[in-house]
Amino acid sequence: MAKAIGKVSRVVGPLVEARILATAQMLELVYVGEQRLVGEIVKIDESSANIQVYEDTTGIKPDDPVYGSGMPLSVELGPGLLGTIYDGIQRPLEDIKNKSGAFIARGVESNPLNRTKKWFFKPTVAVGDYINGGAIIGEVQETSLVLHKVLLAPDISGTVTAVVEQGDYTVDSTVATVKTNSGVMEQIKLYHRWPVRINRPHKGKKELTVPLITGQRVIDTLFPIPKGGTVAVPGGFGTGKTMVQQALAKWCDADIIIFIGCGERGNEITDVLDEFPKLIDPRTDKPLMERTVIIANTSNMPVAAREASIYTGITMAEYYRDMGYNVAIMADSTSRWAEALRELSGRLEEMPADEGFPAYLPTRLAGFYERAGYVTNLANTEGSVTVIGSVSPPGGDFSEPVTQHTKRFVRAFWALDRQLANARHYPSISWINSYSEYVEEIAHWWETNVDADWFSLRNDIMDLLQQENKLQQVVKLVGPDVLPDSQRLVLETCTIFKNVFLQQNAFDKIDMYSLAEKQVKMLRIILAFHTGASAAIKKGSTLVKIKKLPVIHEIAKMKFNISNEELDKLDSLLKQVQMAFSELEKHYV
Amino acid sequence: MSDESFSKREYSTTTRVEGPIIAVSGIHNVGYNELVEITDPNGNKRLGQILETAHDLAIVQIFEGTMGLSLQNTRIRFKGHPFELPVTKQMLGRVFDGLGRPIDGLPAPIGEHKMNIYGEPINPTARSYPKKFIQTGISAIDGMNTLIRGQKLPIFSGSGLSHNKLAAQIARQATIRGEDTGFAVVFAAMGIKYDVAQYFIRNFEESGSLENTVLFLNLADNPPVERLVTPRTALTIAEHLAFNENMHVLVIMTDMSNYCESLREISTLRGDIPSRKGYPGYLYSDLASIFERAGIIRGGKGSITQMPILTMPNDDITHPIPDLTGYITEGQIVLDRELAQRGIYPPIAGLPSLSRLMKDGIGEGMTREDHAHVASQLFAAYSRVKDVRALASVIGEEELTPIDHVYLKFGEMFEKKFLTQRDDENRDIETTLDIGWQVLSQLPKEELYRMSEEEIGKYYGK
Repeated sequence: MAKAIGKVSRVVGPLVEARILATAQMLELVYVGEQRLVGEIVKIDESSANIQVYEDTTGIKPDDPVYGSGMPLSVELGPGLLGTIYDGIQRPLEDIKNKSGAFIARGVESNPLNRTKKWFFKPTVAVGDYINGGAIIGEVQETSLVLHKVLLAPDISGTVTAVVEQGDYTVDSTVATVKTNSGVMEQIKLYHRWPVRINRPHKGKKELTVPLITGQRVIDTLFPIPKGGTVAVPGGFGTGKTMVQQALAKWCDADIIIFIGCGERGNEITDVLDEFPKLIDPRTDKPLMERTVIIANTSNMPVAAREASIYTGITMAEYYRDMGYNVAIMADSTSRWAEALRELSGRLEEMPADEGFPAYLPTRLAGFYERAGYVTNLANTEGSVTVIGSVSPPGGDFSEPVTQHTKRFVRAFWALDRQLANARHYPSISWINSYSEYVEEIAHWWETNVDADWFSLRNDIMDLLQQENKLQQVVKLVGPDVLPDSQRLVLETCTIFKNVFLQQNAFDKIDMYSLAEKQVKMLRIILAFHTGASAAIKKGSTLVKIKKLPVIHEIAKMKFNISNEELDKLDSLLKQVQMAFSELEKHYV
Repeated sequence: MSDESFSKREYSTTTRVEGPIIAVSGIHNVGYNELVEITDPNGNKRLGQILETAHDLAIVQIFEGTMGLSLQNTRIRFKGHPFELPVTKQMLGRVFDGLGRPIDGLPAPIGEHKMNIYGEPINPTARSYPKKFIQTGISAIDGMNTLIRGQKLPIFSGSGLSHNKLAAQIARQATIRGEDTGFAVVFAAMGIKYDVAQYFIRNFEESGSLENTVLFLNLADNPPVERLVTPRTALTIAEHLAFNENMHVLVIMTDMSNYCESLREISTLRGDIPSRKGYPGYLYSDLASIFERAGIIRGGKGSITQMPILTMPNDDITHPIPDLTGYITEGQIVLDRELAQRGIYPPIAGLPSLSRLMKDGIGEGMTREDHAHVASQLFAAYSRVKDVRALASVIGEEELTPIDHVYLKFGEMFEKKFLTQRDDENRDIETTLDIGWQVLSQLPKEELYRMSEEEIGKYYGK
């Protein structure tokens, strides 16, 4: 299939210079040397080209052949993606293990989609139908969780001239034939290829009004994101970025999860691989792995493939979006991706901007985050891609280029805080430095579906947290004793809120996931405590007495004791709190 | 092409010498990363490696430095393969230089086979997740930052702190409970002083583990470029012992800061575009290619546990070296100068230290059922101590609330009883946890909010 298009002239690390034919295209996928290492053309000069190679170039010599493929770096999109673990350029790692053993050898080739497995295909088009690019031509039950819609490639449209009966087919058997407008007969298979660096087309973006429910209280209640939104999760090492990403991958209510381990630890990927097949989706009772694709390009795997892994992931996300699904993509971490860009740009001897990063870093970041959105797709259904990108700022310093540029292109920001992590307060999302611009847009959803007071309850607690932050500065200087009880109550309420509501134990069976209803009810109880206590203090009671109320102990334990199934217990707890304070007030009339 | 024809490729066409780098012209058929043998004008041999190859020109980095080389009488031979280390179990008990050549006066061991020192990345699907608790006998580590077999857990230290003593103690005491197989130790020294190397050798001798140890020594006065290879030769033999000979290997690498300095030196000479503090943009990938060689392979019996030591320049944990290391390794043990100055050994800082793999290696059946909660409660309480101390330094101790006073007392006792131990004191995990409870029992029961009622009933005040 591939023919020689040139010869290597210079090798510097992952970058190879070659003299090539003038027909070679920018960003064309090429194979370098007799081992056929995968690479991509990143620069073309009059007679030579720079090739970024996705594998270790040890042993590549001048005059080694370069083979062309005639197409850009692409991924195969079809049934069989779910539950598979790929490297940054969509090579299935399990398959590679079977071929080359525990260590990844170079030049191993493997089809991204299994060519022998048969899928039961049910066509939904008939001969004579005129179909547009992106149309659904049939269905395959990919996993017990996900019905895979077989899509016509977005760049083909025409009249169906033949279609197979329903039955078992492999991914590369022809299931339909389409005669395009220009008269070409296209053989349609269960999969098609799509270049990773090109956005898959859609019919337009919509407003973002439906929240992505994650079951994590600090996120859903304080800093929510909508389906189709973008969020950055920055934090220094050891602040729990990966824990947040994994909790979301486990619990968020997206239909499909794409998890990209970009330049991270090998053992973390192993942990995900061990754990996900055992985890059961609380909504469907099926293993979570059945809705997940994992892309693992660990820190010791080639740097160029790390750069590509982000695009590989988002292209798959767009593909499932085009079927009408809500997809969430977790990229851990985008900083490693930016560093890969920097490394490759340095090898290309490009002029650096901030901290050695190339000047086009912001453009690339923007391009990536803009692929998120809630869209009407070509098949006229609706789907979304939500992007959750973690950022690893050097030294935990948020003023560095990647964090700063990312902030310009995302609308929510979950800042992880080192001090919270040190005190083992997880998730360590800071309530002072984080924000979400989406709150007002999705408030309507909460108010109609969960609780009409959601927006005002949230504002009340945010207000208290801000007050507490100011008071803490006073406390740091003079100690808490000088504050009046009304102000110390603010501190007390916020302490309860932080310990009970914001802290969430990812390993506790009940606490790991909170339904939206539970979150609002818990919040209401804590605020009822605050209202009751302020009134009591105004009437002459003291904080010492209030702290002795037995109901406080109940509040402290409610997240562990009351499961998602018995929320009426929270209603009675609310009554108990109100009762306790009206009892208390009776002494002061 | 056969090895024979490769070995004939000898040139004497050096065109440029700069720092540890030379340029060779008129060459043909030379591969990237290939090993190079250089014969200097006096007939001595040196080793080098191709950094860049093009038609007619190769850039070679020479590990022993370029002093004494001349354009005319320097002969360069391209070996046709990358840097390889002959490996065998017989290397245990031997001492090598940074490039893997014996320096203990004995003949070079005959390798069973040769392995590329750069290794290949472990396929993430072939890894087995580390879960086995290693008892180091040190309370601050076992109790709060548990080391797990197959983990990479660095020691972040500062100059003058007792990291060597701590590393030696860990190497002596590390055991897996319920298994009698000990650890083989692979020790890589990069740019450390002669007496520090001697300290480790003496330590291994005294504990009788020298015959289970392979040493690679690149001392402070050895060529800095050699340091770029030292951790890789060490990890290559470690991989052989772990994955071919089914042994459990503990790799101690000291001092990674010197390694990074050498990397910066070379990259500057090559004209690489610098990122933070002059370190090359690929420092992260480069360190990852070393640290990620720790782990366990599914179905295999051996393992590699790494304990790199690095000194933080100016005790700054945000410096690029500790910073990037922390992003790759699975936690870190941080040594604290203030504790050290108060005479506390081991001066392990409570809060910034962390073991990421701890959660899966502790608890019932592995250590003890209360371990996770004890650790979590100690962290929380000690974090409060730090706050109280900060407050006390502003408003004075007298102004503190009664509960704050209790915390101050707890803090002191934590540091004196739990943290402090002798360097020959080997505490088992039960002792460590019991001391933990003793210290926590200073606090009133209500303050132990991370403990269950049951645990408080069983252990509090006992």
